[in-house]
Amino acid sequence: MNKLSHIIRSELKSLVRGKWVMGYALIFLALTDVLLRFGGGGPETLLSLSNVMLLFIPLVGMIYGILYIYQSREFVELLLTQPIARNTLYWGLYLGISIPLMSAFVIGALLPLIWHGIFMLDAGSSALVLGLGAVLTLIFVSLGFVLGLAFYDDRIKGFGFTIVIWLFMAILYDGLILFLVFLLGDYPLDKFVIIVSMLNPIDLARIMVMLEFDISALMGYTGAIFNRFFGSAYGTITAAAMLGIWLVIPMWSGLNVFNKKDF
Amino acid sequence: MIEIKNLKKSFGKLEVLKGINLEIPKGQATGIVGPNGAGKTTLIKSLLGLTKPGSGEIFVNGIKLNGNFDYRRDIGYMPQVARYPENMKVNELFTFIRGLRDQEAVFEQDLIEQFNLSPELDKMLRNLSGGNRQKVGATLAMMFDPQILFFDEPTAGLDPRASHRFKQRVQTEKTNGKTIVITSHIMSELEQLVDHVIFVLDGNVRYYGTMDNLLVESNETRLESAIAKLMEQPMGVAV
Repeated sequence: MNKLSHIIRSELKSLVRGKWVMGYALIFLALTDVLLRFGGGGPETLLSLSNVMLLFIPLVGMIYGILYIYQSREFVELLLTQPIARNTLYWGLYLGISIPLMSAFVIGALLPLIWHGIFMLDAGSSALVLGLGAVLTLIFVSLGFVLGLAFYDDRIKGFGFTIVIWLFMAILYDGLILFLVFLLGDYPLDKFVIIVSMLNPIDLARIMVMLEFDISALMGYTGAIFNRFFGSAYGTITAAAMLGIWLVIPMWSGLNVFNKKDF
Repeated sequence: MIEIKNLKKSFGKLEVLKGINLEIPKGQATGIVGPNGAGKTTLIKSLLGLTKPGSGEIFVNGIKLNGNFDYRRDIGYMPQVARYPENMKVNELFTFIRGLRDQEAVFEQDLIEQFNLSPELDKMLRNLSGGNRQKVGATLAMMFDPQILFFDEPTAGLDPRASHRFKQRVQTEKTNGKTIVITSHIMSELEQLVDHVIFVLDGNVRYYGTMDNLLVESNETRLESAIAKLMEQPMGVAV
């Protein structure tokens, strides 16, 4: 435990010095502020923020995770030769880089929400958007870790997969579901659509945002299904639980790969 | 004391280590030589727990390696390529590793002085020259006074003065009874530092014994020519 916090603190210090994370926080600060100033400052602003977040955070998180593995290769190998368990080292490195990135988003987006008074007005929705961003950060940084460890010697492939996974999950996925629904519209697809959208964490987060702002009616067919299913307490709990599973799976598989890997 | 029993390791279809048997007693200084791709690095990485054995067993000080880590308290390792986090100062790195090992850095000041590192301590690691980074690596390997020392191509980036200091230091460690394992392509350096040689070829140990014996058997006066001769012979000298 002691060694774990020692690693996290050291990572944190070196990241803060890198100013990279600061820039990331500033981007969200500026973005939220601009959205609030010109977007009227209602729930629409939170919606725009969450749209940007749903697109941006997965990409940044994955790139950040994979870059860390590639950049710190020799250092990680040196640390592995120290008398320390691989488990401890993995959690130290992972938390050491994901916590700062997560905090950068939360703080960067939270400050303008506070000084424009939105947070006080609509604390629940604000907290939901920020919380979803935090969870997505954790999920995608560990996905980046997994990709970096899996393609340890082949950076081009590693980055390639990162981009493809992001494109697929953040952009193509929704379209593909709609396409399938359109194609097979004559069959009862409710359950299928619900299950498929649960397989994508970005979709899950999007659904939770949609429900919170009650705009699912705008989404037509799928929206109606989502609303019927997720609108109930049961649906929301299921969505949150699935997101929780999504949080565990990449972290766990990253740990697994790290433990078994020949460096 | 290091014991390796029938160690095999493959990466995919490539068989890198094909059944290595070795016993390195405590206090012995050993050089590992062999052509590129012979399996030297994989051998060292296996001893450090970086690479897991395909089959076979490794014992360090009587402890069997099975993913455990405590045995590494007795090991200091200086890697061939030294790269550290860019935004960390040299003395912060030392503090960091000290905290990780939770051991007393007995020789820290000693080594900093010997390698002339004091003017570098407050610099960021990214601003350090390659040679100075190597010195930092050497300091990290030796400062906790471990019983076993691994050096992977230690003097490759060092200037003559630093290289001389480094060798002096290794000599001191040797007289203090440390077990020392060095891989190097510079034979003259090994002649100065070690008295046993392991010659690895194609994942097998081709020769293991004292350097004097190797010279006598191959009828040569220099290690370099003796090793060159070994590489040319199809069967080599019997182990």
